[in-house]
Amino acid sequence: MNDTAVAVKDLVKRFGAFTAVDHVSFDAHRGEVLGFLGPNGAGKSTIIRILCGLLHPTSGDVHVGGIDVARQPEAVRAQIGYMSQRFSLYNDLTAVENLRFFGGLYGVSATEFGARSRWAVEMSGLAGRETALVATLAGGWKQRLALGCAVLHQPSILFLDEPTSGVDPISRRQFWDLIHRMAATGVTVFVSTHYMDEAEYCNRLALIDRGRLVALGTPSELKRTTMTGGLLLVECEPLGEALVALEQAPGVLEAAIFGDAFHVTVLAIEPALRDLPRYLAERGLRCGRITPIPLSLEDVFVQKVGREATAGTTAS
Amino acid sequence: MVESSPAITVDGLTKQFGDLTAVDGLRFEVASGEIFCLVGPDGAGKTTTMRMLAGVMAPDAGSATVVGYDVVRDPEGVKNHISYMPQRFGLYEELTVDENIRFYADLFAIARREREARVAQLLAAAGMARFHDRLAGQLSGGMKQKLGLCCALIHTPRVLLLDEPTTGVDPVSRRDFWRILYSLAAQGVTVLASTAYLDEAERCHRLALLHQGRLLLCDAPGRLKSSMPGAVVAVTAPTPAAVRDELQGMPGLSSLLVVGDGVHLVVDDVDLRLPAIRERLRAAAIPFSEIARVAPTIEDLFVASITRQAEARP
Repeated sequence: MNDTAVAVKDLVKRFGAFTAVDHVSFDAHRGEVLGFLGPNGAGKSTIIRILCGLLHPTSGDVHVGGIDVARQPEAVRAQIGYMSQRFSLYNDLTAVENLRFFGGLYGVSATEFGARSRWAVEMSGLAGRETALVATLAGGWKQRLALGCAVLHQPSILFLDEPTSGVDPISRRQFWDLIHRMAATGVTVFVSTHYMDEAEYCNRLALIDRGRLVALGTPSELKRTTMTGGLLLVECEPLGEALVALEQAPGVLEAAIFGDAFHVTVLAIEPALRDLPRYLAERGLRCGRITPIPLSLEDVFVQKVGREATAGTTAS
Repeated sequence: MVESSPAITVDGLTKQFGDLTAVDGLRFEVASGEIFCLVGPDGAGKTTTMRMLAGVMAPDAGSATVVGYDVVRDPEGVKNHISYMPQRFGLYEELTVDENIRFYADLFAIARREREARVAQLLAAAGMARFHDRLAGQLSGGMKQKLGLCCALIHTPRVLLLDEPTTGVDPVSRRDFWRILYSLAAQGVTVLASTAYLDEAERCHRLALLHQGRLLLCDAPGRLKSSMPGAVVAVTAPTPAAVRDELQGMPGLSSLLVVGDGVHLVVDDVDLRLPAIRERLRAAAIPFSEIARVAPTIEDLFVASITRQAEARP
């Protein structure tokens, strides 16, 4: 059995002289939740548009559900569902009218529609509210209804763009539970996000920077293997002077203020634990706790992508 | 940090839109030079609170003062001492970075003598000096937000109100943005920022967690985390759903959550429950690589707090 849902090999996309996607290769398996992370303009949306058959690749092979997107973009579109950031529902239509509209768009037959729409209503917890105007629904319901609309035609591949930004945490947890259950039935889910909380829900993450794939792995693999050194929590005052001192300290790669303490990325934990207290004291700074802490995905992102990447402008 | 009277006081602040109570009896104070975050999902009341504090929307009940000026009786006094950066900040996309800042300098009547030095200093602090002649419309999301901040800071406000300044901004640019906020706070500027990103709230000095217009929790992130009852445990495993199904219903475990490479859950007693979880998974032959206590996130606190409230209701 072949469980590869999406195969991308040596994908390149150029817009004039600008290379938006630069020799990217990866596979996504059936039932996998794959996250796309990267700075604004890194090429994430371009890759996703190509996977959806909306943009033609300059070169490389892209197969979605066994179909070559360059040759049969229309056939690819029947296999995919897409849910955008600010769910594209019609506020002045009812829940069921929205479902009917999207069912029409995706070519769901009249005979299938009844069962699919009942399923979507039940999945989104909208039973009893089918005829409520979408404008009157709370955020969590809207979001689940938008998901229902996006998967009405039972796509094998689902694209989500920051699907839970701004949604309350309880609805967000319910949403991700739904996504994981959907993935368990074999649907492959792509998630594009800036939101590290969302990235934690992905089985694997692809980090895209300046058109290139710079890292690919599970969240814990990335945390374990990305960092050359480690991360320390450092309490030190006054904050402003301490920040400057820490950034110039030997062995320190990066320092960021978190409330009344710093997260300091260091080349190696042991020497930093030994040397930092004296280094800071010599500069007249009052030093409190210095202790190793686990890496967050944001630390991985910042280390992999680096500062120069965001200095420029967007591609699009 | 708290040297003087609070920069912002909010007492019973309430705003009604028809049947909806958008802001419901809010009460908090922000000290001078503090970075304070209003944290909550869409519809929690963040923007409405910001607007009332900026003196651009009158509350229905309660009161608020900003650097001593009453937002109802003296909104103009408030406006003279604050900068307010709404979610969609008015940048002119067809003007350059320089031209946008100069436009705001004109609006705030900044003297020509001070202007050049001020603009140069702001652009340098934002790391944007080399983009000064670029069109605003051609900047990335993070750069646009930084330009908005430069424009908002042209007149040296005592209080800076930022409504979701980092929405849609990538993590690297977000770190830069926070670095600027901290340098402002060090100069004595009070910053009140809102965010829907709960992980971002960990960066501020103190935060107010809002839900449906009400204040859920208000304290420093570290203190809030250490006050959370129980502990959060992460089980790293190749088949998270199988782990969840096996552990569901075990005594002392709650809020089981499937994440990308494992399950997060809350336990009442770590010493008691960790060995029990380990044994249970081994007995069921469900593979796992690690079971460890992890620091609770602001989201964990939010969920725990809402769940407690729901249980307390009759």
